[in-house]
Amino acid sequence: MERSQPRRQVAAMKQSLFDQGLLDEQFIQLEELSDDANPNFVEEIVTLYYRDSSRLISSIEQALKERHTLDFNKLDTLMHQFKGSSSSIGAKKVKAECTLFREYCRTGNAEGCMKTFQQLKKEYASLRKKLEAYFQLARQAGPMETACRPK
Amino acid sequence: MDSHKLTALVVDDDRMVRIIHGKMLNSVGVKNQVVQNGKEAINVHLSGQTFDLILMDLDMPIMNGIEAIKELRSMGICSTIAGVSARSMESHIQEFMEAGLDEYLEKPLNISKLTSFIHKFYVTN
Repeated sequence: MERSQPRRQVAAMKQSLFDQGLLDEQFIQLEELSDDANPNFVEEIVTLYYRDSSRLISSIEQALKERHTLDFNKLDTLMHQFKGSSSSIGAKKVKAECTLFREYCRTGNAEGCMKTFQQLKKEYASLRKKLEAYFQLARQAGPMETACRPK
Repeated sequence: MDSHKLTALVVDDDRMVRIIHGKMLNSVGVKNQVVQNGKEAINVHLSGQTFDLILMDLDMPIMNGIEAIKELRSMGICSTIAGVSARSMESHIQEFMEAGLDEYLEKPLNISKLTSFIHKFYVTN
């Protein structure tokens, strides 16, 4: 009976991440891939995401420094990659900011790109903190039998 | 054909995507290998290996998906090839199909899309 309380907390935290619109179904898909061989599969994938995508973030940041001569094609290409990675882990809000950024690239709106990128970085960092807290709680609670779907 | 007897090649420049797609294929019983770009996909075939399925990313450095598919088809490779991409614009998909692939799957891939794809081409009658 005592064990179920931490697991309820894990489920509640996950539900909250979905309710806030931070995650989508793809996250559940990843959880369903966890098995005895890789019980922390999602955490490993999210760690990899933040490690690999930081290079893309830096490249976009660098490209945005050319304020008066922005290369919108290059920015769009970089953001396309970043969006793909973000959608692979179910990072719903981050993905939405990527879409908005790409729209601004298409219309050649430099200000829009810069503002959206600032918002994207906030969402990206915020999600990281929340997922770290979630994974820490999940590890303390012990392995779940199956991935549970939020309501 | 039972999916447990199928083999697959995952071609994607994103390490995380290679891991995820490999794990998805494992979960449905498909033995698989992963490579990073179209050139490596060609080289694997030149070494004599063949696969029932190929999941080919569209945008990759060194050799992209379209170039790789054209090359594989010209080599006589008859594997079932699915182009996998986050692109959704019709014109891009058309270009991909004309290169010689059998199916287009929009990223992110999930188990449902994967099993539908496998069943479409390997249905046991």
